[in-house]
Amino acid sequence: MLDDKDRIFTNIYGLDDPGISGAQRRGDWDGTKKLLDLGRDKIIEIVKGSGLRGRGGAGFSTGMKWSFMPKEVGERPHFLVINADEGEPGTCKDREIMRHDPHKLIEGALIAAFAMGAHAAYCYIRGEFFREAEALERAAQEAYDAGLIGDNACGSGYKFDFYVHRGMGAYICGEESALIESLEGKKGQPRMKPPFPANVGLYGCPTTVNNVESIAVVPAIMRRGADWFAGIGRPNNQGVKLFNISGHVNQPCTVEEEMGIPLKELIEKHAGGVRGGWDNLLAIIPGGASVPLLPRSVCDDVLMDFDALRDVQSGLGTAAVMVMDKSTDLVRAITRLSAFYKHESCGQCTPCREGTGWMWRMMERIAAGNADINEIDTLEEVTRQVEGHTICALGDAAAWPIQGLIRHFRADMEKKITDAKAGSPQAGNPRAA
Amino acid sequence: MVKMTIDGNEVEAEAGMTVLQACEQIGIEIPRFCYHERLSVAGNCRMCLVSMERAPKPIASCGMPVGEGMVITTNSPEVQQMRKNVMEFLLINHPLDCPICDQGGECDLQDQAVGYGLDRSRYQENKRAVKDKYMGPLIGTIMTRCIHCTRCIRFASEIAGVPDLGATGRGEHMEVGTYVEKALNSELSGNLIDLCPVGALTSAPYAFNARPWELKKTESIDVTDALGSNIRIDARGPEVKRILPRLNEDVNEEWISDKARFSCDGLKRQRLDTPYVRRKGKLQPATWPEAFNEIAGRLKKLKGEEIAAIAGDMADCESMTALKDLMGTLGSTNIDCRQDGAKLDPTVRASYLFNSTVSGIDHADAIVIVGSNPRREAAVLNARIRKRFVRGGVSIAVIGEEADLTYGYSHLGEGAATLQELAAGKGAFAKTLKDASHPMLILGSGTLTGQDGAAILALARELAEKYKMVVPSESWNGFNVLHTAASRVGGLDLGFVPGENGRDTAAILAGAGGGEIKAVYLLGADEIDTSALGDAFVIYQGHHGDAGAHRADVILPGSAYTEKNATYVNIEGRIQRTRLAVFAPGEAREDWTIIRALSDALSNTLPYNSLSEVRGRMVEINNLFMTIDDAVPAVWGEFGEPGDVSSEPFVSPISNFYMTDPISRASVTMAHCADEFLGSSEGKTGTDG
Repeated sequence: MLDDKDRIFTNIYGLDDPGISGAQRRGDWDGTKKLLDLGRDKIIEIVKGSGLRGRGGAGFSTGMKWSFMPKEVGERPHFLVINADEGEPGTCKDREIMRHDPHKLIEGALIAAFAMGAHAAYCYIRGEFFREAEALERAAQEAYDAGLIGDNACGSGYKFDFYVHRGMGAYICGEESALIESLEGKKGQPRMKPPFPANVGLYGCPTTVNNVESIAVVPAIMRRGADWFAGIGRPNNQGVKLFNISGHVNQPCTVEEEMGIPLKELIEKHAGGVRGGWDNLLAIIPGGASVPLLPRSVCDDVLMDFDALRDVQSGLGTAAVMVMDKSTDLVRAITRLSAFYKHESCGQCTPCREGTGWMWRMMERIAAGNADINEIDTLEEVTRQVEGHTICALGDAAAWPIQGLIRHFRADMEKKITDAKAGSPQAGNPRAA
Repeated sequence: MVKMTIDGNEVEAEAGMTVLQACEQIGIEIPRFCYHERLSVAGNCRMCLVSMERAPKPIASCGMPVGEGMVITTNSPEVQQMRKNVMEFLLINHPLDCPICDQGGECDLQDQAVGYGLDRSRYQENKRAVKDKYMGPLIGTIMTRCIHCTRCIRFASEIAGVPDLGATGRGEHMEVGTYVEKALNSELSGNLIDLCPVGALTSAPYAFNARPWELKKTESIDVTDALGSNIRIDARGPEVKRILPRLNEDVNEEWISDKARFSCDGLKRQRLDTPYVRRKGKLQPATWPEAFNEIAGRLKKLKGEEIAAIAGDMADCESMTALKDLMGTLGSTNIDCRQDGAKLDPTVRASYLFNSTVSGIDHADAIVIVGSNPRREAAVLNARIRKRFVRGGVSIAVIGEEADLTYGYSHLGEGAATLQELAAGKGAFAKTLKDASHPMLILGSGTLTGQDGAAILALARELAEKYKMVVPSESWNGFNVLHTAASRVGGLDLGFVPGENGRDTAAILAGAGGGEIKAVYLLGADEIDTSALGDAFVIYQGHHGDAGAHRADVILPGSAYTEKNATYVNIEGRIQRTRLAVFAPGEAREDWTIIRALSDALSNTLPYNSLSEVRGRMVEINNLFMTIDDAVPAVWGEFGEPGDVSSEPFVSPISNFYMTDPISRASVTMAHCADEFLGSSEGKTGTDG
C-alpha cells in the first residue's frame, strides 16, 4: 500500500485549493527552471529511467516515446499534444487531475514540451468536461499571469504556450491520430501508421501525444528522481497510478496507489469491498471497457499492473476497475459495451465499421436468447476477424470484451439460449434461483 | 533501392514505394478497393492486408512503405483468410443487387467476391439501407451499395479541387455525401463514376441503358475541347451509349471532362441525316445528286475569288485537306480555319502550340495564365495545373478574369495593360518569373480574337523571350497557347488559312455581307455570325442542325467524331486519330468523302479515293502528319505584330462550359447541367420546368 509521502496527486479529492497558490503550497512550480536547466537529454533520461509507462491504456514507455522526436528542431515546429479526451467507460482519473490539480498537468506539459523542443502544447479535452476545461483554462491563465508559462516560461527564456481545445464528445478522438485529425479541424478518424506522429503529426509536424496522467506525474519524477518512482511497484511496472473503482462496491472511488497492488486489496482497502462481500463477486473488468473481464477466480490474487493482467489475458488499460457482483447479467452488460463500440466506431475501415454492428446485433440476440448455440462460435470468429485488422485499436477494444465473456462465461450465454428455447420463465437471468 | 522478400522472392524496390507497389512490380496482384494510384492513401478498406515478418499485426500493403529486409507474405492461407474476412464484412451490408446494378460486370466488388467471397452469408441481421443522395444531373447514387472506400471524396478534394464531398456520421451510419444537398460543381465529376469500385455512384444518363458486355468498345479521341483526351466509345447497335476515358499519361492521365463524357446523347438529336436544298426559301430534303447539282450549278458561275470556305471547331484534318484542295481547284484562296478570328500565325508552328506539352506542366515552377479560364476551356488540363499546384513549389498568376480555378493564384490584372507591364518587368511576379527555372505562359486563344490579337501575340512572345521561357537546349519551351477548338491546330498545320490575296474569316464575312463573296462553304462552322453572310450562297457540311445549317442553302450531312476515322491534332501538336464506332445516321457520310464526291460533281476530281490516299496527301502538305500520337517540338521564330493593345479586360471565349459545340448544344444532359450549374433560379416560378 502506498505511503502518503509517495503520493503525487495530493489534492485529487479537491479538498485543497486547486488554484496556483494552493498548487505552489503543495510543491508545484517549485524550482521548475532548475528542472529545465537539466537540459533536454537529461530530462528524457530521467523519465526513461523512472520506468514510466503511458497511462492512457497502451502502456508504452513515455521516455522512449519522447526520444522518438527528432533531436533537432528543423523547419517544422514540434508539438506536444495532451490527450484529455477521457472517454473510456469507467475511467475518471484525468478528470480529477484537471479539476483539482491542473497545475501538475501544466507544469508537466512545460517540462515535456521543453524536453521535446516543442513550444506549444495542445490539450485536447473531452467536450463533456465543461467544468474541467474551465478549471484548466483558469489554471493556464494563472500560470501565464505568474510568468510560469508564456514567452519566458519560469524565467528560463524558453517560450511555451498552453492551449486548451475542447472536443465534441467522440470516443474515437481519444485515439492519438484521430485526436490530431480532430485538432486540425477534420473529421476525427485515425490515421494510418506509419508515418507515426513523432514524424508526421499535428499539421504534418513532429508531435507527441501523451495522456494527462503521464504528463502530470513528470514534475514529481523530476523532483524526486527516477529511482524513487522506479522503486515503487514491480520491475517494468513501476510507479504510482490512479485507479478508478466503480460498480458494485460499497464506496466507488478514485485512488492513487502503487502499481502492482493486488486487485482484491485495492477494492477492500479503498472501495469498502464488494457489495455483499468478496464472495458475492462475479467478475471484474480491470482496465476500462476495452479489456476482457476477469472471473472471480482470477480476481482473487491478480496484481494490478500491465504484465500481470496481460498474463491473465486481460489488460491494465486505464486502470478503471469495474466490479460486478452476482446480481449482474453479464451477457447484457457486455452487450451494452458492444452497443457503445458500435456507436463510437468512426466508420472509416471495414472490419470495425461492419463488425461492431454485427457483433452488437448478435450479442443482443444472444442476450435475449434469440439465437443458436453455434452462433456463439460465429460471434467468436467475428471478433477474431475484427481484432488486429483495423487501422486503430478500437476494433480490438470492441472485440476483447466479447472474447473475455465467451472465454469465461460461455455457459451463461448458452443458458440464455437454451432457457429461451425451453420457454423458461427465467430466461434473461442466468443466476436466478 | 531496398532489398526485401516477397513470397520467398528476393525483390529490389525503390525506396518510397509501398509494399503494394513492390508486389505489383513482380506481378503479384493485391486486391484492393480504396487504394488508387492517383489518390492519397486511405488504407480503410483493409482488403490489401498482407503479413509481415516480425509485425504483430497484418499490415495494409497500400500504405506501408518498403523497408530494408522486409519479409512479406501475400499467398499464405492466413492472408487468404484475411481477405475473405474483409470481403465478408463488405458484403454483409451490401445489397447484392448485382442483377439490377449498372456496375454489374465491371464491378470491383463483384470481381473480387469471385475470388474471396463466401458461398453463403453468416449474417442473419437486417441489412443497412442508406438514403440516396442528390449529386446533380450526372451522377446517379444508390448509396446503400457504398463500401465507404472514400475514393470519391479524395478525388473531389484532391484532383477536382472541389471539396464538396465528405463523410458524415460515424460507424455504420457513416454516409458519403455533399454535406448539404447540392450538385457536385465540378467539370470532372463524371470521373467519380469510374473511380467508384461499386455501383454507388453511377452515370445517371446511362442508367439501365446497357450491360458492359454487350457494348462494342472503340478507342478514340475526344473533340469537345482542344486537349484531345483519349476516350473509349461504348456503343450498342447504332447508338453511342457512353464515353469513358482511356489512359494516356501525356494527355489526360485517366480523366475526362463531363462534356467529353456526357455530351454523347447530343449525337442522337438534331442530326442532319439527309442532304437539304433550300427551295423557295425553305430547306427541303434532297438526294445527294440533287444537292451536288445545286452546288455545281451555283459555283460554276462564280470566279475563284468569289468563293470562300470556313472550317469549324470540330472539323477533322482529312476533310480540311480535301476542302483546301477543292478550293484550290476552284481558284479560291479565301479559306480560314480560325472561325473565331484569332490572329494566330500559321507560319511559325511554335506560335500556336502548347509547346511545353501537357505533361510539361508537371515541371513548371512559375505559370502565368493570360486571358484564359482553363477550368472551362480545358478542364482536364486545369486539373493538371492543380496537380502541379498541390505538389507545391510553383507560383501561378492570372491576367484576366478572376475565377475559381480550384487552385490559388495571384491575380495580376484584367487586361493587356497588365501583360505589357509584366513584359516590361514590372511587379512582384516579374521577379518570380525571372527566378523560375521552368517558367510557363498559358495564353488563352480568346485574347487573340480582337483587333489587337497580333499585338497581344507579339507581346506574349516578348514576355516569353524576356523571361527565358524558351530554352531549346534544355528542351523547354514554356510558351503555350490554349485553344478551345479541336480542329484549330490541325487546320493551321495543314495551312487551312488564307492564301495569296486570300480573305480571312472576318474578311470573308465582310465580303459576303458586301456582295464580293458570293458563295461560302461552311465545314461545320457554327460559331460565326451567320447573319453577316448576307446574300451569299451558303453550303453547310456538318452533322448537326445548328446555326450554320439554319442559314445554309444546301446542307451536306456529315459525320460526328464518333462516326469517322479521322485525324485531329491537339493543342500540343499531337496527332491523334478517332475511330469509327458507329455509322453516321441516314444518308450522312464521312466528311472527306463528301468533298471528294462534290469535286466529281464540279468536274474537278480530287486525286484520292481512299482514306490512306487522303492521309498521304496530308503528309505531302505537312510531313508532321507521319508522326502519330507524339508531340513533336516546334521551332521558335518571329511572330506577332507589335502594336497598340486595347484596354478592354480579357474574357474567356467560353462562358458556358456545358454548351460549346453543336453536339453539346443538342445534348439534353448538357442542358440539364447548364440549368443546374449556370441557370439562375431567380425569376423562376412554380410553373417553370
